[in-house]
Amino acid sequence: MIDWMKYRWLYLIISATVLLCGVLSLIKWGLKYGVDFTGGTLIEYKFSDGASETLKYPPMEDKDLEKIRLDFKNQGAQEARFENVGPSIGPELVKKTITAIIISAGGILLWVSLRFKSLKFGISAVLGMLHDSLILIGSFSLLGHFMGVEVDFLFVTALLTILSFSVHDTIVNYDRIREINKKYGGELYNVANEATSETMVRSLNNSFTIIFMLLALILLGGETIKWFAVALLMGTVSGTYSSPFVSVAILVTWDKLEKKFKKS
Amino acid sequence: MSPLRKVILIFILFIVCLYISLPLKNHINIKFGKIDIQKKYDLKLGLDLAGGSQLVFEADTSKIAQEKKANSLESLRNIIERRVNLFGISEPSVQTSNFQGKDRIVVELPGINDTKEAQSLIGRTAQLVFAEVIEEPAVNGATHSATLNPTDLTGADLSEAGVSFDQNTGKPAVSLTFTKEGGDKFAEITGRNVGRPVAIVLDNEVVSAPNVQEKIVGGTAQITGSFTLDEAKNLSIQLNAGALPVPVKVVEERTIGATLGQESISKSIVAGIVGLGMVVLFMFFAYGKLGLVADVGLIIFGVITLALYKIIPVVLTLPGIAGFLLSVGMAVDSNILIFERFKEEKDKHSTISDALEISFGRAWDSIRDANIATLLTAFILANPLDWNFLHTSGPVRGFAITLALGITISLFTGIIVSRNLLRLFVKERKEKKND
Repeated sequence: MIDWMKYRWLYLIISATVLLCGVLSLIKWGLKYGVDFTGGTLIEYKFSDGASETLKYPPMEDKDLEKIRLDFKNQGAQEARFENVGPSIGPELVKKTITAIIISAGGILLWVSLRFKSLKFGISAVLGMLHDSLILIGSFSLLGHFMGVEVDFLFVTALLTILSFSVHDTIVNYDRIREINKKYGGELYNVANEATSETMVRSLNNSFTIIFMLLALILLGGETIKWFAVALLMGTVSGTYSSPFVSVAILVTWDKLEKKFKKS
Repeated sequence: MSPLRKVILIFILFIVCLYISLPLKNHINIKFGKIDIQKKYDLKLGLDLAGGSQLVFEADTSKIAQEKKANSLESLRNIIERRVNLFGISEPSVQTSNFQGKDRIVVELPGINDTKEAQSLIGRTAQLVFAEVIEEPAVNGATHSATLNPTDLTGADLSEAGVSFDQNTGKPAVSLTFTKEGGDKFAEITGRNVGRPVAIVLDNEVVSAPNVQEKIVGGTAQITGSFTLDEAKNLSIQLNAGALPVPVKVVEERTIGATLGQESISKSIVAGIVGLGMVVLFMFFAYGKLGLVADVGLIIFGVITLALYKIIPVVLTLPGIAGFLLSVGMAVDSNILIFERFKEEKDKHSTISDALEISFGRAWDSIRDANIATLLTAFILANPLDWNFLHTSGPVRGFAITLALGITISLFTGIIVSRNLLRLFVKERKEKKND
């Protein structure tokens, strides 16, 4: 049997490094917000030669905007997409999303703790979930700085999806720990090793199927949905990694520390 | 019930759902005694796929007393809905939303790309008042002036408004027919003001102020201004629907051209087929014959889901498609969990069917716990109770609804469908062994 948990500090250090990069980027460069957050106007033009261009404007007076639209119309360009968002929408979106995350996290904490009869399991699962969201946000901060990728409504949706995927995956791992524990009992360290070995193929295979769907979307799904699919893909990879190597690793570390303190 | 019977039932369900989800024959016409089921099933597409406009208006309720607020917002919504319906847009949607004291009306207009007209049609208050003109003679060299004295005759006294043409100039005009009470008021006002003008005031602006020749008792009037035909049409729609109880302004506007939506649909379909194809192949290579059973289950999953989208109906948006694809992943996951379990249990038990039943039983615990956690998140995002502190509209909700639906159906196909198909499949193999 592979001694997965022997290297738990290594996993946590890897996660911490990736998280640190993301958080530093967030502090230094922040996120590149789209019109959904900042307010303003986004127009996608289609020209008669088939080329298209997406233009972004800060919030402005109606008549100035009308002038721009008329100019393009006179050049024979067609508006494929027009979005004009008031400045009050963004903060509202952020508040509602944070509320949704807090309620989801609370609900999941309760559910997991209840099913596995231990607050340790619940907290570790939620930590894994927050790890995945933070990695995703950090990555998009880097993508925003280096490639100009903006975060919008769809990114928020992807973020919330990853919350559910992450927990879904973690619970499958936990379930195996619970079962082995029931059957043979023993040290959580050994049980976690056994469970990780047994669920590894399943976790990878499951991620592959989701990654296939997402790769198809990224390559063939068109521009509107591309970065959304990229966000989901990153989250899937991070969610698969975090289940054994963050949630379970934290669980084992916690268990060890607890025992140490009880002894001393 | 034997597995064979269950499989036959599943097959019947599959055929019914296939019939509903096929794009060609999308109506059902069943006559069974007194029961006559006639229903047309269409896939409802959101604005980002079908093309159209979404306008968000913010209501200015600052001058409305707190206890009257709910009432006036409700009537605001109804009046806007009437205006949109009278304008002749098919399947519009008008919803209210509230967040931190800001009251909004979200209007969705499928197929409309020119929002300027829609904005002026919906956004204008259209408060019509008839006013007496009190002329003040020039005193001490001051210029001749007049003040308006609003009467109690307003847009609320109209029974109907329509487009007409000015008999003298041939220009478009708006004809007004008053209610009985309104007609009496109008007769009284015109009677009082023979030889003087009566002003017709719309949203605090004088549209016209014709001179009254004689007392008008017929209960009809005409507004002649410098209207274009469209303006006359819109004004009559606004007057028929009623004035807005509170002023509104546009805070958000999104328009997607029909071609862009069409492009998104065809690209998503191609991506979906390629992705699904890869999953089907992967399952076959990873799990052999078992994988094929999972693939059959996956096809049944897809057909049932599509049929339910049409029956409920679910408005399909781009994030909704993503939710569907994610639920495909989770549907496959149920099978993977069972098959991985089966690989382990196969050697521990004497018969394959024993190993299979035990694998299903063991895998069920984790499938249930994991899917309930996902359903919990989907429930919070879908916000079915319309809590104001969560998302009440938009892409997040569309995504959550398809995700929740997908998980529920995947529990059915992943457990019941695959299980019975496998029971049948395993039994046959055993019988062959006995021969």
